[in-house]
Amino acid sequence: MAELGAGSLLLGDPAFNYQEAELNERLKRLYPAVNEDETPLPRSWSPKDKYSYIGLSQNNLRVHYKGHGKNHKDAASVRATHPIPAACGIYYFEVKIVSKGLDFLSSLLPLSPIPGWDKHSYGYHGDDGHSFCSSGTGQPYGPTFTTGDVIGCCVNLINNTCFYTKNGISLGVAFTDLPPNLYPTVGLQTPGEIVDANFGQQPFVFDIEDYMSEWRAKIHGMIARFPIGERLGEWQAVLQNMVSTYLVHHGYCATATAFARATETLIQEDQTSIKNRQRIQKLVLAGRVGEAIEATQQLYPGLLEHNPNLLFMLKCRQFVEMVNGTDSEVRCFSIRSPKSQDSYPGSPSLSPRHGATNPNLHSAGKGNTPSHLPIHLPSVDSEMEIEAEHYTNGVAENPSARIMNGTYKHQEILQAQDISLEDSCASRQLCGGNQAATERMIQFGRELQGLNEQLCREYGKNVTHKKMLQDAFSLLAYSDPWNCPVGQQLDPMQRENICSALNSAILESQNLPKQPPLMLALGQATECVQLMARVRSGSCSFARVDNFLH
Amino acid sequence: TKCVHLPPEVTATSRHYVDRLFDPDPQKVLQGVIDMKNAVIGNNKQKANLIVLGAVPRLLYLLQQGSSSSELRAECAVVLGSLAMGTENNIKSLVDCHIIPALLQGLLCPDLIFIEACLRCLRTVFISPVTPVQLLYTTPEHQTVLFNHGAIQNIAPLLISPSYKVRMQALKCFSVLAYENTQVSMTLVNVLVDEELLSQVFVRMMQRDQPIDMQLTAAKCLTYMCRAGAIRTDDSCIVLKTLPCLVRMCSKERLLEERVEGAETLAYLMEPDVELQRIASVTDHLVAMLADYFKYPSSVSAITDIKRLDHDLKHAHELRQAAFKLYASLGSNDEDIRKKITETENMMDRIVSGLSESSVKVRLAAVRCLHSLSRSVQQLRTSFHDHAVWKPLMKLLQNAPDEVLVMASSTLCNLLLEFSPSKEPILESGVIELLCSLTQSDSPALRVNGIWALMNMAFQADQKVKGEIVRALGTEQLFRLLSDPDSNVLMKTLGLLRNLLSTRPHIDQVMSSHGKQIMQAVTLILEGEHSIEVKEQTLCILANIADGNTAKELIMTNDDILQKIKYYMAHSNVKLQLAATFCISNLIWNEEDGSQERQDKLRELGFVDILHKLTQASDPNLCDRAKTAMQQYLA
Repeated sequence: MAELGAGSLLLGDPAFNYQEAELNERLKRLYPAVNEDETPLPRSWSPKDKYSYIGLSQNNLRVHYKGHGKNHKDAASVRATHPIPAACGIYYFEVKIVSKGLDFLSSLLPLSPIPGWDKHSYGYHGDDGHSFCSSGTGQPYGPTFTTGDVIGCCVNLINNTCFYTKNGISLGVAFTDLPPNLYPTVGLQTPGEIVDANFGQQPFVFDIEDYMSEWRAKIHGMIARFPIGERLGEWQAVLQNMVSTYLVHHGYCATATAFARATETLIQEDQTSIKNRQRIQKLVLAGRVGEAIEATQQLYPGLLEHNPNLLFMLKCRQFVEMVNGTDSEVRCFSIRSPKSQDSYPGSPSLSPRHGATNPNLHSAGKGNTPSHLPIHLPSVDSEMEIEAEHYTNGVAENPSARIMNGTYKHQEILQAQDISLEDSCASRQLCGGNQAATERMIQFGRELQGLNEQLCREYGKNVTHKKMLQDAFSLLAYSDPWNCPVGQQLDPMQRENICSALNSAILESQNLPKQPPLMLALGQATECVQLMARVRSGSCSFARVDNFLH
Repeated sequence: TKCVHLPPEVTATSRHYVDRLFDPDPQKVLQGVIDMKNAVIGNNKQKANLIVLGAVPRLLYLLQQGSSSSELRAECAVVLGSLAMGTENNIKSLVDCHIIPALLQGLLCPDLIFIEACLRCLRTVFISPVTPVQLLYTTPEHQTVLFNHGAIQNIAPLLISPSYKVRMQALKCFSVLAYENTQVSMTLVNVLVDEELLSQVFVRMMQRDQPIDMQLTAAKCLTYMCRAGAIRTDDSCIVLKTLPCLVRMCSKERLLEERVEGAETLAYLMEPDVELQRIASVTDHLVAMLADYFKYPSSVSAITDIKRLDHDLKHAHELRQAAFKLYASLGSNDEDIRKKITETENMMDRIVSGLSESSVKVRLAAVRCLHSLSRSVQQLRTSFHDHAVWKPLMKLLQNAPDEVLVMASSTLCNLLLEFSPSKEPILESGVIELLCSLTQSDSPALRVNGIWALMNMAFQADQKVKGEIVRALGTEQLFRLLSDPDSNVLMKTLGLLRNLLSTRPHIDQVMSSHGKQIMQAVTLILEGEHSIEVKEQTLCILANIADGNTAKELIMTNDDILQKIKYYMAHSNVKLQLAATFCISNLIWNEEDGSQERQDKLRELGFVDILHKLTQASDPNLCDRAKTAMQQYLA
């Protein structure tokens, strides 16, 4: 991408753009663990790191020799733009011999920043089929190769070996104990020699994905067979505790009780407390933030006073919900009669639907953005309306340590219909289309502004708050807030963050862990795998946390 | 009716049960069978007694009788099933009584209870290690029967069953059905499973993350389909999938059994195709990988553990023979591969020691490997001589089963080629008697190899060797071989004769002692129904005889032979014309004694006219030969 921009990228060439898309797609499939922001993948030869006898063309993928080619001193090489990232696990590229001179020579893996084949380089010669490693003397390795042949090179970063392929056939291990940070490289020596590289621009002749699948299976097998031996009993207790605390954390009161009964374990928090939290969460998720604040103040006096930031966030959300027409302070003005709390029996499931309305969510799986991992919960009792939910991982990296309260799939038709009524375009009017409600909202906005100023005086300026407030107020600038640049805020799914923040705060105030251990473990595992990539342990590529979540 | 060595009190009760099976009242027979059923359950002694007393044939008879009630038939099957539950000897007896076809026939009956009983019994019989499973489906007839009954269409959908066990069994079944069966293989390639070609289903099963057993069996299926001609050897599913998969099976990481099967299957896959041999020879260092097959067991296990020792030895044999087979297949065509094999660590030593191993299987595979390598002129000149492979080979020839003998003698033929430095020491070791005895074998292959080796031995040999060959073989045997029904034997015998009748003094000597018989044999062959090659070879012998000093007269005085030569000079086949002309040319050669008389006689017989005609022949060789002959008259 950026590397290819140097000189030869023809912008707007549709064929090239197509190839580029295919390349991105293939690289992502082959090396899902690679974070290209940290360690970019090789995508072409580097016009900077080459001998002058080397010419590059065709988006820096074609290499031709333009030297004299009289003796070994005239040999020249070029390396790829980047070294092979360890997180690839298994890396592969191919070279097609387009035209061969008299004495073709291909060196495929030098390490040194300046390409050359004498020091620290690894290669496979076409003229005699020998392999050479760091020194001038070759070892008999494979067959010779010539015009029309496709030679591939596979670096296994798990066991630090390398093998070459010829026309899709593996020739067997060529080198062991390879050092890290190798560059794909090609060397030529005779006038007229031309080779084309394939870093993933086209399908490979060799079935590298099949080879990868073997290693994936190996590593999964290693994980599955990891000995736990005598600590089996301990493990069971740990696992039960994880499930139990997870259920309690999210307020699945009845399920947690049933689970505790079945496993003969104890629940740390008492039932009332769990139910209280559950009620507050339901209110937030239903968009009735005002009521949620009230309930919190009533049940946990002092909590919000000690967490002014949380209170401010809640109030901001309440303002947004007023615009939405869902908060009870504006609902009471609405044409429809306000619904009492009792008419929302399973309110967590009333909360937002995940789907096309929020494209952000599903594209969030890359890099350090948390991706959503579904966890299936057994439906233990009839009170559990939720059959499946999405969860976020990577909790540990989030400095604010908010625990996402899960997001919910709607299973109940009745309530889904209810929501579709509210969401339908006809009813989408500012504050539900009620004048009095709008005035209440404006007034609330002023109070919110006041709160912000008060907080500024007490704690100093807060950029986050300012931005939050600006975004919320911006909604009023558009005639159709739902379809405006900041309309995202109105998405019911946005309630989840604040909901989990509130839940964590309550738990913390009760001296209970603000995160469930399950999420801690998940976050730690994810972090570990990322750490493995940084310390060049190739197996991280096949030990993805999401492979183990179903 | 049978000789029974059982205590009388035991036989009495058992005999009672058997006797009741012969009761004329079907109702009583049924009750008898039911009582027998109750008596044998869990009683191995009773089971053995009843079998010895001949209950099985009677039960089978009742089971097969159309007049038996379905209840009776079912009860019979149950009792047989119960008998099968006993010792392995019971199962052997049941199989010997042909229980399997009877039970299989029973499956065609509409009565479900009876079918179930038959299946139960079949299952018991077949899960026993003493029952060869081949009884069910390995012969081509079985394959055809299964094919005709829609086995393929019915089993194919099971390949995508959610159960691994079911998929595996279906796969195994196909591997047996397809083996050396063109009809089955041709059908298999066109079968669709869930809109996917069967070969693609097999390719998926060979993916590297699949269980090894499944990869290996799927590779077998594709191998068999390929060998049966249903899949081309250059098809990517063979070159890029099956072959690499089988090479992987040979890796050190695999279990011993998998390595053995992998190597054997790979050897079979590439046997007829040099391109596959070339690809395999560079895949994953296969040639070097196979050297590991000889390093088992890596450490000698304690002698005290006899069972372990036995197990290790058995596996060691299996591994070695598989490696030899694969080397043999790899090196059967390509000179470079043969070189690579012989350069593998200690390879020749391993073959040499393999030739004298206790296991026949290993010896056979080792000699096959040696035979494959012996096709290389370079190896014959170098490694074969350096390692004196002829010594163990000769030892092997003294006493071995026929299949080993065939391979060993065929290898010997190559070692006796004139450029082979081993030829001399072999001659000195007194091999002639041995080879002559081979020519008397019942096996045509052994007769060919024996006479072939003698032929090679006689090539440019000195008079002493030739004399020894003739003496040892005996004229009687020589002429018996000239009428051998196998045309290969005939050809090599003629070749031997031709080599014996090479330089002039040898010709005269052989013809002076055996001239009469040889001329007779030649006449017979030229008159008989033989291929062009045989007749050409025979005419060449005549040409050699015509080159002798005294031997010439044997032809000149034989008008019958002269007429035949004339006939072949005018034959439609140029090769025969050429050989016959050569013969005449030798007879009329100027510089020899009595050439004038011979020229005159042959002119009288009309040969000059024919030669004249042949100078106009379109074939340049024939034309030249005729002109040279004509010049003898002009000089």
